[in-house]
Amino acid sequence: MVVACRCYIQSMPEVATSETSSRNIATAAGVPRLELVGVTRRYPLAGVIANDRIDLSVAPGQIHAVLGENGAGKSTLMKIIYGAVRPDDGELRWNGERIRIDSPAAARRLGIAMVFQHFALFETLTVAENIWLGLDASMSRAAVDAGLVALAREHGLELPSDQIVHGLSIGQRQRVEIVRALMTSPRLLILDEPTSVLAPQAIERLFATLRRIAAAGCSILYISHKLDEVRALCERCTVLRAGRVTGVVDPRSESTQSLAQLMLGAAPPRVATRATRSGDVVLEVRGLPLARHGAGGTLDLTVREGEILGIAGISGNGQAALLDLLSGEDLGAPSGTLRLLGKDIGRMSPRQRRAHGVRYVPEERIGHGAVPSLPLADNTLLTRSEPVARAGWLRGGVARRMAARLIERFGVKAEGPSALARSLSGGNLQKFIVGREVDAGPRLLIVAQPTWGLDVGATARVRSELIALADRGCAVLVVSEDLEELFEISTALMVMARGRLSPRIAIADATISQLGEWMSGAGL
Amino acid sequence: MSRRGSIALSVASPVAALAITVIVGALLFSLLGKPPGQALALFFIEPVRSARGWSEIAIKATPLLLIALGLAVSFRASVWNIGAEGQFIAGAIAASWVALQATEHTSRAIVIVIIAAGAVGGLAWSGIVAVLRDRFNASEILVSLMLVYVAELLLGYMVHGPLKDPHGFNFPQTASFPAATAIPRLVDGHRAHVGVVLALGAAGAVWLFVFRFYAGFQLEVSGIAPRAARYAGFSSRRALWTALLVSGGLAGIAGALEVAGPIGQLTAHFPVGYGFAAIIVAFVGRLHPLGVVLSALLMSMLYIGGELVQSRLGLPRALTGVFQGLLLFALLACDAVGQRLARRAGREAA
Repeated sequence: MVVACRCYIQSMPEVATSETSSRNIATAAGVPRLELVGVTRRYPLAGVIANDRIDLSVAPGQIHAVLGENGAGKSTLMKIIYGAVRPDDGELRWNGERIRIDSPAAARRLGIAMVFQHFALFETLTVAENIWLGLDASMSRAAVDAGLVALAREHGLELPSDQIVHGLSIGQRQRVEIVRALMTSPRLLILDEPTSVLAPQAIERLFATLRRIAAAGCSILYISHKLDEVRALCERCTVLRAGRVTGVVDPRSESTQSLAQLMLGAAPPRVATRATRSGDVVLEVRGLPLARHGAGGTLDLTVREGEILGIAGISGNGQAALLDLLSGEDLGAPSGTLRLLGKDIGRMSPRQRRAHGVRYVPEERIGHGAVPSLPLADNTLLTRSEPVARAGWLRGGVARRMAARLIERFGVKAEGPSALARSLSGGNLQKFIVGREVDAGPRLLIVAQPTWGLDVGATARVRSELIALADRGCAVLVVSEDLEELFEISTALMVMARGRLSPRIAIADATISQLGEWMSGAGL
Repeated sequence: MSRRGSIALSVASPVAALAITVIVGALLFSLLGKPPGQALALFFIEPVRSARGWSEIAIKATPLLLIALGLAVSFRASVWNIGAEGQFIAGAIAASWVALQATEHTSRAIVIVIIAAGAVGGLAWSGIVAVLRDRFNASEILVSLMLVYVAELLLGYMVHGPLKDPHGFNFPQTASFPAATAIPRLVDGHRAHVGVVLALGAAGAVWLFVFRFYAGFQLEVSGIAPRAARYAGFSSRRALWTALLVSGGLAGIAGALEVAGPIGQLTAHFPVGYGFAAIIVAFVGRLHPLGVVLSALLMSMLYIGGELVQSRLGLPRALTGVFQGLLLFALLACDAVGQRLARRAGREAA
């Protein structure tokens, strides 16, 4: 309560400043349905400002996009609107009236409904029962059935209401969620990345439905990082980057490249291009299919000695499947598609690959790159064989000395070799994991999201380790969503989108607009 | 939470659980109209006052310890074998068959064969679980539990059919085993046998395996962080098979020691639930070999205490089960509370 009251008082001066800068006010005439003025949310522990003085205005019946990369602050903003997170600062207005939304229940009472990315449906119940259970107020089953019929007529949202959810397709499940949200006759419908799970035809259907809902007067907030969808569907678009609004535009009159520029920012100034003495081909990927991604295409790439190849792109476009195949966690690579220094490694286990000099730093540190409940000394045993003597006898002293050396050499802040992995901050654990792999002297290092969630110091440390490693002749493959990072450390770039890889481009020739186009899937 | 903190928590929780069990038990006795002090003394003091008492504790602690050690290995790998009772019975049947082949002239060395047969019987039984889980992804929890009933029926068939004592007046039991097959006793005049030494040796071996061998480390990582195990390249299939074969084999040895030791024949009613009680032993002992030794002693005292309150105070023997259940419940509750406290402390520290 104290927090909420404080933000009320502090928000007063914000009003004046934002009213003077009226460029963000929506074009639609009349009072906006929802208006955010100077909304700020800080996470002091993480040292992050998730939302920094965000202004947002959604007109009645408008389909309004909130566009931004992962980590741009979209989810926090939606949680604030939906009452799940309190803003530290700023104010919310609903139909022109200043309001406070204390809980999702309060948001629903106002007429705000949300469809989450991950469905919350009971698989063993029927569609109608699921909708009935999801409603706040007690409504009779008969009324629910009547409402379903009405919605089906009004929006073309037919649902097999007596069918068990278990047998429904993903698209149908999403429709159940949307219908559930619409049962309360909301005035604002929020959709969080609704297309991430849908097939192309289902996306078309969703868009038609959303247009009809909007035409009936319900405003829609459409959260996405997909440029072409935003351009196809939305009338207005607020772009976020690093917690700030970088533009409010009409996406229909923008190009994919100009939107990408707003979302990703200008390319940072180039670091003095490193002398790239790239040597022999270390990793050669030829015709590798991504079975799990079902894109049908195959991937080709090569990484040479001394080179850092960056793979840009938004997560969820096949990166995980590619990394699993490269690291050996997935042994499904057909023979001949993965070669290390000419040797076929597609069928080798992760341990055999490590013996041949392939090392991997996964994106998840906790539970993947390290075991949280074990001490650092034991965590060396995951990928290092030095502490294992003949017959599998563990030499605890060797493991402890190795952990101590890694802590020392890579500047890890930890109590010592017996500190549990989970007691370290994300940055220090990442330094330890990167150090563990770098210290093994790899021929090829594969790194996923090397500095995700790290503070400035740890980020700089990890990046400089990767560069130093490449300078010593190691081939490095970095998969990252962070373009700035890739521009800083890579010698060449590729973009991954929809399970495909773009052509390779030297870092000196790379432009943001070209990358943005590839990221949207165009030209691949 | 520091490592020391988590160790302290893992020791404090069973101790608190024991205290709760004793308090609730005292309450229970007074509600039943018996002096709680005297009743508790029968559980916790009477059994340790004489050499005979210690011998009886050892008799019951031996199978509990052997089975619980195997379960500790299995549970560390997150392989939930809850059918040790069935593996215990299967081991006993196999061992009995070997024992019945002996004659008056058989060498004492047959004891080794009997124990080995028990191990084979037990791991064959748990091997069924491993095959079903490995090939068909069947839940090892359900399969291992259901195989307990199969084993009980198999036991019934054996003692009513092929292994029945031809001169036994149609009782459902085998003939008494020849003297050569008896597990050697530790001290003349007391029933405790060398199985105790074997069980303690197994505790040492499990300790070495879990804390000093790479295979044990791999098994543990498979259990607590399967994703990290895959990253490291540790085989989850190998973990599954190791966990089930070790736990089944040890349960089978326990079965062999039971029939060839204190009982001396196979009867329809020899299993008294050691396989299930050992699940509690394993958890109360924190899946740590040393902890399991202590909790097996405790559980054994509960068994003997149950018999004593039956004979001395006329209370139902089911009290043993009540105490076992109480202990497990209290432990789970203490763990939950402890973890919550630790998390809160962690939040405040952060």
